[in-house]
Amino acid sequence: MAHTAHTVKRYRGLMDWLTTVDHKKIGVLYLIAGALFFGIGGIEAILIRIQLIKPMNDFVDPQTFNELITMHGTTMIFLGVMPIIFALMNAIVPLQIGARDVAFPFLNSLGFWTFFFGGLLLNLSWLIGGVPDAGWTSYVPLSSTEYSPHHGVDFYTLGLQISGIGTLIGGINFLATIINMRAPGMSFMRMPMFTWASFITSALILFAFPAVTVGLVLLTFDRLFGGNFFYIPNGGSIVLWQHIFWIFGHPEVYILILPAFGIISDVISTFSRKRLFGYSSMVFATVLIGFLGFMVWAHHMFTVGLGPVANALFSIATMLIAVPTGIKIFNWLFTMWGGSIKFTAANLYAVGFIPTFVMGGVTGVMLASAPADFQFHDTYFVVAHFHYVIVGGLVLGLFSGLHYWWPKMFGRVLAEGLGKATFWMFYIGFQLTFFVQHFLGLTGMPRRVVTYLPNQGFDTMNLISTVGAIMMGIGVLMFLYNIVITSRKPANASNDPWEDGRTLEWTIPSPPPEYNFKQTPLVRGYDAWWKEKMDGNTEMKPAEPIGSIHMPSPSILPFFMSIGLFIAGLGFMFAKDEFGSGIVGFLFNNYIISGLGLLITFGCMFLRSVIDDHGYHIEKEELEDKGVKA
Amino acid sequence: MKRLLPLFAGLVLLLSACGRADLSALNPQGPVAEKQFGLMQLSIIIMTLVVIVVFAICFYVVVRYRRKPGQNDIPKQVEGSHKLEIIWTVIPIILLIILAVPTLKYVFAFAEDYSKDKEAVKVNVTSHQYWWEFEYPELGVRTAQDLVIPVGKKIAINLKTQDVLHSFWVPALAGKMDTNPEGNKNKMFFETAKENVYRGKCAELCGPSHAFMDFKVKAVSEATFTAWVSEMKAEPKPFVGDAAVGEKFKTSCLSCHAVENAGSLGPNLKGIGARESVGGILLNRDNADEAIDQGKLEKNLHDWIADPDKLKPGNKMHKIPLTDTELDQIVDYLANYKLDSLKTVNKQ
Repeated sequence: MAHTAHTVKRYRGLMDWLTTVDHKKIGVLYLIAGALFFGIGGIEAILIRIQLIKPMNDFVDPQTFNELITMHGTTMIFLGVMPIIFALMNAIVPLQIGARDVAFPFLNSLGFWTFFFGGLLLNLSWLIGGVPDAGWTSYVPLSSTEYSPHHGVDFYTLGLQISGIGTLIGGINFLATIINMRAPGMSFMRMPMFTWASFITSALILFAFPAVTVGLVLLTFDRLFGGNFFYIPNGGSIVLWQHIFWIFGHPEVYILILPAFGIISDVISTFSRKRLFGYSSMVFATVLIGFLGFMVWAHHMFTVGLGPVANALFSIATMLIAVPTGIKIFNWLFTMWGGSIKFTAANLYAVGFIPTFVMGGVTGVMLASAPADFQFHDTYFVVAHFHYVIVGGLVLGLFSGLHYWWPKMFGRVLAEGLGKATFWMFYIGFQLTFFVQHFLGLTGMPRRVVTYLPNQGFDTMNLISTVGAIMMGIGVLMFLYNIVITSRKPANASNDPWEDGRTLEWTIPSPPPEYNFKQTPLVRGYDAWWKEKMDGNTEMKPAEPIGSIHMPSPSILPFFMSIGLFIAGLGFMFAKDEFGSGIVGFLFNNYIISGLGLLITFGCMFLRSVIDDHGYHIEKEELEDKGVKA
Repeated sequence: MKRLLPLFAGLVLLLSACGRADLSALNPQGPVAEKQFGLMQLSIIIMTLVVIVVFAICFYVVVRYRRKPGQNDIPKQVEGSHKLEIIWTVIPIILLIILAVPTLKYVFAFAEDYSKDKEAVKVNVTSHQYWWEFEYPELGVRTAQDLVIPVGKKIAINLKTQDVLHSFWVPALAGKMDTNPEGNKNKMFFETAKENVYRGKCAELCGPSHAFMDFKVKAVSEATFTAWVSEMKAEPKPFVGDAAVGEKFKTSCLSCHAVENAGSLGPNLKGIGARESVGGILLNRDNADEAIDQGKLEKNLHDWIADPDKLKPGNKMHKIPLTDTELDQIVDYLANYKLDSLKTVNKQ
């Protein structure tokens, strides 16, 4: 091969992390950033629960409370759990399909940094002043400048816009990766469930995020430039925002939960030592959930007054989703049936997921019935429902996945005993927090209330709920402590530390070398690695001879591109503010700051277009020198 | 299944005892809420069945197939089972159909429009940050915070908002409906046969004082209702204190409020001494079995006028500069602005 001596660019230390385009390192970056925002969202949750511990409490004032609930929801959904999903997708999907990286490594880095700076912008609102306070749904007119005159909602629109770009880029990247980069023999119907789930989730991102992008642009224009999209006196519509938001918002729920389904499928199958029961119907159910996920958005709007025909149709469509979801539940149960189930911490989370998720699912069907939803809507019943799905479903799934793939990502197995204790602390805390909330809602407590009058039968249940929330908080701290003590241990995890690994990621070292596979493996069936093991092989059959491996160059451009957007966002937000000192005001009011930000971004895009960078090669000799077992 | 029935019956019984009779959706006090509760019960029964089956299988599997120490066999690798897949596809579909039929029925039943019904009492509900305005267009009456209705009659409601979105919810009588601005106005209806004071709440985040936007639905006998209407249409009670304070009341209070049946920026004050609360959130009694506590009522009015923003942050009423005498006389006038028609109901 005639590789015309591309210089190998390698950075060390901080610069390495800022410039990396390696999917494994980007996965770690996503994990760190996600954990940071998850922590912030968690603290907000604890503050909310402390405020609600007793009637007529005044721990926080009503305005702050609205800021806390808004930021808790927004942060957890967009900046907490989404990046941790992306962390696992980045760390694992390329390994599961036998690829050396994602399809667009540069874009992967860009996706991370835009997400990160968007999230940073949103959370800066706590420091700069003016925190979003109109709920994570930001319904107009409450979120209009008329009723929310400070910059809070601007932080929301611009922060989410920028981080949304990152998510969209990430989704497209994974679609392209999974379609194009699969190893020989890895047909679609041989892909592990986590990869399938990531694939469908990415497709949902591709179709759902443009909707919220449009919605946020409209709201931004209304707020910053006096647009009239949602301003009734000038012909706007408030219901329009709700439709746009939920056309995105409902698929978003499936964007979140499908990867958890994938994780659970892989974990349960591995620790039951059994092939996933009904693999093809699992795939079909995943696709169907993704498809139906776009048909049901108006069930968030039953009380808006869409009329009986719309309410009837959306009720039925919503109920239909229960069918493929039920298929999944029973297939998991029958995967365990007849298996040899080992209760590692990862599997505890996965098995604990099933009953909890079923609880969230059945309340979902109850909510689907529009006439009954008139009672449930916007009460604590809904709060209980979606936390059962998101925390009891997704977050348990993420903890399961983190325990399961931690050795693959970092070469160290998380402490098992502590992991199990953490599970019980978090799980019991979770049930305490949210089970009683069903009844709070049914007996008349609306959601998003800063406090409640005594003698309404709410006091004890709220107290239980707060105690549970504190237990969940302790659980998360225990998990962090586990990470700390584990990171002090030597990184000596074997290729297949669980010994029951079934998929390709368990055939390469933990953590994998930067090129993942020394030789691309040949996939001979579903559960490729398990199949080889059962045939008595100790490694995968290679699909190619050892040769030099082409690697993408690291680049600092994505980092600066995202900083540019960040600066532009701040510039636009404050363009019409009055500043005391002359120069700052001059810079902002004449759109110089925003122009500068956009200049940085477009300048970086220009540089990216004109600089020809073909990457570099890792030579055959180098591969053999290292003596890596691959 | 037969053995499970008493369990379900017990469960449903347990549920219906939950919560206050004037507040809880599980303790319905009118036909609309009853039908909604019926639908809830049906869905809860179906869902409990599902939950029991899943939990039982889950529990059995987890106990039966756990790996024992030293066990190292490879279980049989099963691909799946078409028969089972069909079973757990078809049974949920059947369960959903059972739930879908009454769902569809009530979706259309609750969309019924009673606003042209001659028998129904029509009320235009207008929500404001953070209070409720109730106008009876056919009776020419306007009031706030306490929606007075006759028992045994359909109440046909027209909903709209003056500012941001709110949602009108009286859990014991009917599910909620959003109050939208012009162009998307909603209608709903409910009725009750029981005289009581039902608690209503705003169920859509509407700003800092969202939690303080409670209201009451006061269901009274038809005779009481008729008497109330004629009393509300009568001339307002003249101010009783000093003439100067009366002037102050006019310029400071009545610039936003009203004691006539006219629209006003703030809640109508006619008969405020006969209401269940001050500002919707400061209760004058805890439930309709008690008498309205005159002392509490006066204290509530006093607290409210002295610092409205502290009690309901973000509401439009400012702190009015009043001397102690002025404040006392105004509170005295308002607290004693009672309605004869509601005397028995209020036990005043």
